Amino acid sequence: MPAPPTTATPVLTPAMRAEIEAFIPRYPTKQAVTLPALHVVNEHLRCVPMEAIPEIASILELAPAQVYDTLSFYGFFKPSPCGKVRAWVCRSISCALRGGEEVLSALSDKLGVKAGQTTADGKVTLEFGECLGLCDFSPAMLAGTKVYKNMSVEQVDEVAALLKEQADQHG
Amino acid sequence: MAEFEPVLLANIHKTDSHTLPVYQAAGGYAALKKVLAGMSPVDVVELVKASGLRGRGGAGFPCGLKWSFLPKDHPGPIYMCVNADESEPATFNNRILMELDPHHVIEGIIIGCFATRASTAYVYVRYEYPTAFQRLQQAIDECYASGFLGKNIQGSPFSLDIFMHRGAAAYICGEETGLIESLEGKRAWPRIKPPFPAIEGAFRKPTVVNNIETMANVPHIVNRGADWFKSMGIPSTGPKDPGSYGPKLYCISGHVNKPGCYEMPLGITCRELIDRYGGGVWKGRKGKAAIPGGLSMGLFTEKEFDTPLDFAVPGKVGCLGLGTAAVTVMDETYSMIDYLHNACRFFAHESCGQCTPCREGTSWSERILTRIKHGKGRLKDLDILLSIAGAIGIIPGTTICGLADGAAWPIKNAINKFRGEFEDHIKRTNPTGYAQEEPAEALQLVELVH
Ligand SMILES: Cc1cc2nc3c(=O)[nH]c(=O)nc-3n(C[C@H](O)[C@H](O)[C@H](O)COP(=O)(O)O)c2cc1C
Ligand code: SF4
Ligand code: FES
Repeated sequence: MPAPPTTATPVLTPAMRAEIEAFIPRYPTKQAVTLPALHVVNEHLRCVPMEAIPEIASILELAPAQVYDTLSFYGFFKPSPCGKVRAWVCRSISCALRGGEEVLSALSDKLGVKAGQTTADGKVTLEFGECLGLCDFSPAMLAGTKVYKNMSVEQVDEVAALLKEQADQHG
Repeated sequence: MAEFEPVLLANIHKTDSHTLPVYQAAGGYAALKKVLAGMSPVDVVELVKASGLRGRGGAGFPCGLKWSFLPKDHPGPIYMCVNADESEPATFNNRILMELDPHHVIEGIIIGCFATRASTAYVYVRYEYPTAFQRLQQAIDECYASGFLGKNIQGSPFSLDIFMHRGAAAYICGEETGLIESLEGKRAWPRIKPPFPAIEGAFRKPTVVNNIETMANVPHIVNRGADWFKSMGIPSTGPKDPGSYGPKLYCISGHVNKPGCYEMPLGITCRELIDRYGGGVWKGRKGKAAIPGGLSMGLFTEKEFDTPLDFAVPGKVGCLGLGTAAVTVMDETYSMIDYLHNACRFFAHESCGQCTPCREGTSWSERILTRIKHGKGRLKDLDILLSIAGAIGIIPGTTICGLADGAAWPIKNAINKFRGEFEDHIKRTNPTGYAQEEPAEALQLVELVH
């Protein structure tokens, strides 16, 4: 009998593997599937845990360090789970001109977290964003796939409640 | 110009404008059919060249000329990378096209691939555009189902696949070779050029990189001809100026009454954009300054608002160029220190870190501005900032890509055009230390703020 594998149960489920493998025919190299693979894992787990890296690497025939190198370049992928909703409040110029930074800090007070942190109930990760391409609706926020337009400091209670509601729907 | 008829935004107000039936009812895919029925790839390249279409992604490179740089008789594959990373602060025209008229964009891409003999196109969409991503994917699916994509498009010998590729929130992925590296699954470190992508691009094969808005112009050039395109805009002023022809999507945001995206012939002035389309400066205030074409381009003073927004003139008032033609207006109450702090923070955050002058220059600029903003500035800092700005970028020849030039121009323009305001702020907020030579508290304060 061969020795049982020493690794713990895989992080990637068969469904995740299948999703990743479906990208392979689209590109001339397997390495090009790195970002799609990281997105697949991130969508399922709300993070890309370190243990997922060798598993992705083996599907894509890469060294784990290559996958990690790419992952680490994009501050987007986090090692431990984000909240059920990830909300980016824009801090770039067009939003800043209309109070974007004040909205971010008011929302941060309301939720009791700093930008980059997740609320204690695990529902919302608040982040700052750089120009979200929503400057016609500034100050703007992207939460999951939902856009919050023309926000103001007066609305943050309502916005915080909506974010939690959004999180419950995703949960 | 009174008879100007918008073409790029002609469909966006229609119900279900993003669907194939609505696009076709408006004449969609007629240009593609015309190309497939009677034009060769070279014919299309020559037509686009004759139109004078210049890239809308920021650099303004003539589109047909770029296509003609691809090697002739290459065995393939040739790739097209469509740049939908749109992350230049103040810019959102690509988003509007992708969300509200995705087939328009796709038709341009298919014709562009036919012209360049590309067999696969990747559309690199920034992560923050989930609706654009979904609408384009839906449009692509409709195209496969209707024979506009896949093998033997509309019964012709031409075959093409288009794949969507999602970014991960990094501005540098908009730089064309950063985009290619990112597409290949690597960190988005821009490449040293040459070789240019046309010779060696994605997967080391010849590659064209074009912006979404550039591609959206192509079907109209096919339908209406190069002369129609050239009838709009500002003609070439000499052999070094390829002219500024055709319609353009201008974005306006910031301190105006009606932020939005408006289509006009190239060359309207910044003031016209603000007053006629943006509804004027908000709250009855006066304008103080404006970003001419995305944050990277620098700053117009109010006196410079009459500058035409074409490819040639913004450079003549000290700005970097037209960029993305996205104007952001600042009213008379807004502080240029806040503006510059915001700009420096953006570029420090987005520098890919590959070139030392850019990585260090952007990060020190941010730290110095943070210090000035918090009342610890010294007059000397203004010259330090200018020396950093003069030392980073492709123009001084110290960096690999243009992000550093984009970081330098806001500094140069803000300090050179508003020096008095910076000096006053520094003296007023740091009365005991403004003349200091050594930034004793600098590092400490930086730690505090971060
Ligand atoms: C830092 C940096 C960011 C850029 N971001 C974008 C972008 O988001 N979208 C874009 O189309 N071009 C962007 N560009 C310009 C591209 O490098 C390239 O010139 C353009 O995509 C070519 O397409 P076009 O000729 O159709 O404009 C950027 C350039 C730099 C230096
Ligand atoms: S100039 Fe800046 S962003 Fe561009 S490659 Fe160098 S370090 Fe990266
Ligand atoms: S500056 Fe906030 S969305 Fe563009």
